[in-house]
Amino acid sequence: MATPMFRFDPVELPPEAIKLRGEVREFIREHKDAMGFTRGEHNPEFSRAMGKKGWIGMTWPKQYGGHERSSFERYVVIEEMLVAGAPLSAHYTGDRQSGPNILRFGTEEQKSYFCPKIAAGELTFCIGMSEPNSGSDVAGTRTRAAKVDGGYRINGSKLWTSNAHNSDFAILFCKMAVTEEQANDRHAGATQFLLDLKSPGVEIRPVINLLGEHHFNEVFMTDVFVPDHLLLGKEGNGWNQLTSELSFERSAPDRFLVFFQMLQQMLRMAGPDPDKATAVALGKLISQLATLRSMSVSIAGMLAEGLQPNNESAVVKDLGTRYEQDIPVVARQLFWSEPEQEAIDLYASMIARTTMNAPRLSIQGGTREILRGIIARGLGLR
Amino acid sequence: MAIREETRMLLESMGRLFEDLCTKQVVDAAETGIFAADLWQAVSETGVPLAALPESAGGADAEWSDLYAALRVAGRYSAPIPLAETMLAGWIASSAGLELADGPMTVGPVRASDKLVLTRDGNGWRLNGTASRLPYASHAERIVLIADGPDGEMAVSLEGSAAPTPEKGKNIANEARDTLVFDNFHVATAARLPNGVGRAALYRRGALARATMMSGALERAMDLAVSYAQERVQFGRPISKFQAVQQNLAVLSEQTAVAVAASNLGIQSLGCGDVEREEFQIAIAKARVGEAATLACELAHQVHGAIGFTKEYSLQLATRRLWSWREEFGSDPEWAAKVGTYFCSKGADNLWQILTGD
Repeated sequence: MATPMFRFDPVELPPEAIKLRGEVREFIREHKDAMGFTRGEHNPEFSRAMGKKGWIGMTWPKQYGGHERSSFERYVVIEEMLVAGAPLSAHYTGDRQSGPNILRFGTEEQKSYFCPKIAAGELTFCIGMSEPNSGSDVAGTRTRAAKVDGGYRINGSKLWTSNAHNSDFAILFCKMAVTEEQANDRHAGATQFLLDLKSPGVEIRPVINLLGEHHFNEVFMTDVFVPDHLLLGKEGNGWNQLTSELSFERSAPDRFLVFFQMLQQMLRMAGPDPDKATAVALGKLISQLATLRSMSVSIAGMLAEGLQPNNESAVVKDLGTRYEQDIPVVARQLFWSEPEQEAIDLYASMIARTTMNAPRLSIQGGTREILRGIIARGLGLR
Repeated sequence: MAIREETRMLLESMGRLFEDLCTKQVVDAAETGIFAADLWQAVSETGVPLAALPESAGGADAEWSDLYAALRVAGRYSAPIPLAETMLAGWIASSAGLELADGPMTVGPVRASDKLVLTRDGNGWRLNGTASRLPYASHAERIVLIADGPDGEMAVSLEGSAAPTPEKGKNIANEARDTLVFDNFHVATAARLPNGVGRAALYRRGALARATMMSGALERAMDLAVSYAQERVQFGRPISKFQAVQQNLAVLSEQTAVAVAASNLGIQSLGCGDVEREEFQIAIAKARVGEAATLACELAHQVHGAIGFTKEYSLQLATRRLWSWREEFGSDPEWAAKVGTYFCSKGADNLWQILTGD
């Protein structure tokens, strides 16, 4: 066959990962009541407890606070946490992409300072990519960095910055001045910094989402000084670094387990002996979920081999969000309820939350159209 | 996780064999009703059809996972031969200690609603009932059937030429699907089946065979669509340069990847020794592949435009098989209902634990 086929080899989890699963479930049982799980909640205490268990930065070198465990073990921890609805947001971005990016491009000093703190659940990172006029088109960033004595001066703004108000640092993507020859190269001058969000000149303002909740922020930077030692990687290498960061972001198994508890609730409502139409509808969703999971384990296998499964990750994210968005659609066909966000009736509140959250799934972390563009490139079409 | 070396070599050699011998002319000729004897002969000589059997029974003790992977290659080439059926017939007959043929075989019943009954008649047996739409029954040297005997399921192995005259039928890919009616039909030998081998096991392994062949047919449809889009020029450039077409091809490739992954999920369950797990993982496979095929066929045709709708062009060899196979050994809604029923009976709180299996 001439066409490149995406690779999803069947992979069985190794015994150490299976053994770890029991431990994770035990930990979740212990913490569930004490910590009051809510989807995606910022809970530094819980993150520190996970850090103590060695479940953040699991695959990183021990030298930098990591635990040198396998991609499969990390996979198991994350999927169990997501299924339980554990509050991960105080460490998740750092664990998933900021830490790995620092390990890959950072200086010895940066690796030694930041990574152990992330792994301990003591340092929260957010992503400084999107801007008001630069969403999917990240290369169009307008935030500017200029070299000054001892560091850089940064001006501009970021938008849709999830969790910035709870974060210590952002990995900031911006542009530096380019030569005339580089004027037509949209990736020229791109540079990343480790931005301390407490720096003078940084202002964080909430952007309330359609559920009335505060996750997003707008981050303004006015003459913010970033010292030389917080430049990440090299000046002008930012595009390359960002591509790598996005591949860390997209290869995580968190693109099809966001609404898992809604699926469980639908099973509960269907009861032990559902009619045929209900059984078909639920069976389809479970079949999609099981297949996505096997594809995601396959990706963990490729990561364990040291590969960068960018195309495969885009495939799973696109399919995963489609599946998740179908959950409230199928739910309302099976079980009627008027959605109410704070309803006492669990189902009414779940259908409200899943319906309203559904649109974001195929936007964050790369829109559906961008992902399909990546896949098309993988097929050799672009 | 690397694919085993033996598997890789087997798949490469099967791929070469089909590339050389399973051309469009061969498939077209088979669709007129003439059995693809040369192709069968070549495949038979590889030993693959009976490779799962123990060496003592003329097999090679091969892994079922390898043989299913070979079925994917057969599906990719629209192979008009009863490869899956012969593998399954050999498995049932040898499990029961019955006679096999070196030639093409078929197996049944393939429909859940069919019923065959065996009753004692002196030293022999009488067989009654209908086996609908047995694949390639009119070309089979042996027909292996499972029937209800006085003390449970039993197998019989009939010589093709001695079986009742089949009512010929075909699926929309013009593959023979022949119905056999048994009216007090005399059978000399019938044999009990060992635990774990019976109609339910045949039905699900047949479903997995179709799901796996479908994943191969989808690989072919996708390959054709991607290649065609890069060659076909409209508005002064290859249509693959248009974003609308790229997005369709991206979705087609996703659905193809899903079909391969879902069928592998079924294949992975074969060696697990847990019948319940095998049943639900195969149910997931057939349900998910059928759903993927429906969308993927639509997109593969859309990308091709009118040429894909012709008999001359190869796309239809894949899509007509996909539209046939998705209904055989249980449709995707039928298997999805089994998945839903199974997990509902286990309760919502056990869903994740059962899916992860640990």
